[in-house]
Amino acid sequence: MKIPKSFLGYKRENGRAGTRNHVIILPVDDISNACAEAVANNIKGTIALPHSYGRLQFGADLELHFRTMIGTGSNPNVAAVIVIGIEPKWTKRIVDGIKKTGKPVEGFHIERTGDIGTVMKASKKAQEFVMWASEKQREECPLSDLWISVKCGESDTTSGLASNPTVGNLMDKLEPLGVHLCFGETSELTGAEAVCAKRGATPEASKKFMKTWSAYNDFILKEATDDLSESQPTAGNIAGGLTTIEEKAFGNFQKIGSCKFIDVLEPAEVPTKGKGLYFMDTSSAAAECVTLQAAGGFNIHLFPTGQGNIVGNPIEPVIKLTANPLTVKSMGEHIDCDVSKILSREMNLSEAGDKLIETTIKVANGRLTCAEALGHKEFVMTKLYRSA
Amino acid sequence: MPQTDLIIHDEKDNVAVVVIEKTSKNQECVGWVMENDKTIKVKSINEIPLGHKIALQDLKEGDTILKYGHDIGKVVKSIKKGEHVHVHNVKTKKW
Repeated sequence: MKIPKSFLGYKRENGRAGTRNHVIILPVDDISNACAEAVANNIKGTIALPHSYGRLQFGADLELHFRTMIGTGSNPNVAAVIVIGIEPKWTKRIVDGIKKTGKPVEGFHIERTGDIGTVMKASKKAQEFVMWASEKQREECPLSDLWISVKCGESDTTSGLASNPTVGNLMDKLEPLGVHLCFGETSELTGAEAVCAKRGATPEASKKFMKTWSAYNDFILKEATDDLSESQPTAGNIAGGLTTIEEKAFGNFQKIGSCKFIDVLEPAEVPTKGKGLYFMDTSSAAAECVTLQAAGGFNIHLFPTGQGNIVGNPIEPVIKLTANPLTVKSMGEHIDCDVSKILSREMNLSEAGDKLIETTIKVANGRLTCAEALGHKEFVMTKLYRSA
Repeated sequence: MPQTDLIIHDEKDNVAVVVIEKTSKNQECVGWVMENDKTIKVKSINEIPLGHKIALQDLKEGDTILKYGHDIGKVVKSIKKGEHVHVHNVKTKKW
């Protein structure tokens, strides 16, 4: 297949390109959700991103909170942002962080005004932003403007056999064209960690990966009451035939094809070493992982599933593929790309990779994903430890 | 192409994955080895559903299960060639 050289995206002030054109209402903290949701209800075409945290956090956990908030607002799939928090200081910090992209952003704090006054002020600004954003047109952007993140979920053995290698095939074909790529799921590389570390493009990258994985593993050994057998693999994984975390890890690892990773990112960290594959330290819980990758600036997501994960994200379109024919049959409304013919050997991996590239470009150009059509907007902050 | 009932990732693997809806008792299953495009045959002892594993040889307690050519866990209850391989007879070596 001849791979298209461009897609139709929204060009942003900082040189990035978006596959979507969202105006978001971003609450700084849990208690500002009501205000943000009221504004999004008033002003059509905006979306609120309610979440559960943002109060009394400190240290690395607070830094991650800010990085996720600022990264989400800065993502090129977002045209403009309204930030609403209880207090002025943290609200301003997030506004200032997003402002660096050059996009329109305005902050509102609720203290000394109350919900109703804040909703009125923020709604006026949100209306202005959404009408401005609605004038934006898609333009031809080079394929290298795609920043593709990947994560699998509700995996079974068909994931490791076919849908994950299909993503790997896409990576092998698109990496030379200058795209950014990102995989994560620190916990679900357990068992394959040594093999994964060898995929570092430099000794530093390999070392950084092992340090990240070991820190995670130490935490598990410290906190686990017995072992992770109830969580890794999950009941869904076991039903699908996956027996151990090692088996799941080697299946998971098929997603990066034969690519090498050039750097290891903190959760929600924006890559700075240019095109190529990155590993991000993330949880393997679907919504948390995609939220962190979107905050890292990734603008389109590939999600292979076995038993049928249904996750979506409010700003980053999530494309589902599966090789499990039963999942296609029973949950077809969630599947953007069916590669189940690999199992019956009516389709080879390269054909499946091509099919996924076609789907990815269609979605980048604006076709809704199943998760978008079904209203999946899971925005889940990663919390490192308890609040003060 | 004949019907493929099982897929094996790597020549070294001692388990295969069922890729039909389920195997039936005493079914002569045809397996395809992805790595070298060879075909193997194994008789299924149990009914094994799609996505689950079947043993390609007799395995005893303490043996290592190989898939993708890699160690994916240990045998905790002896397994006969053609038997269903899963959480009842295999466990992680981690944790």
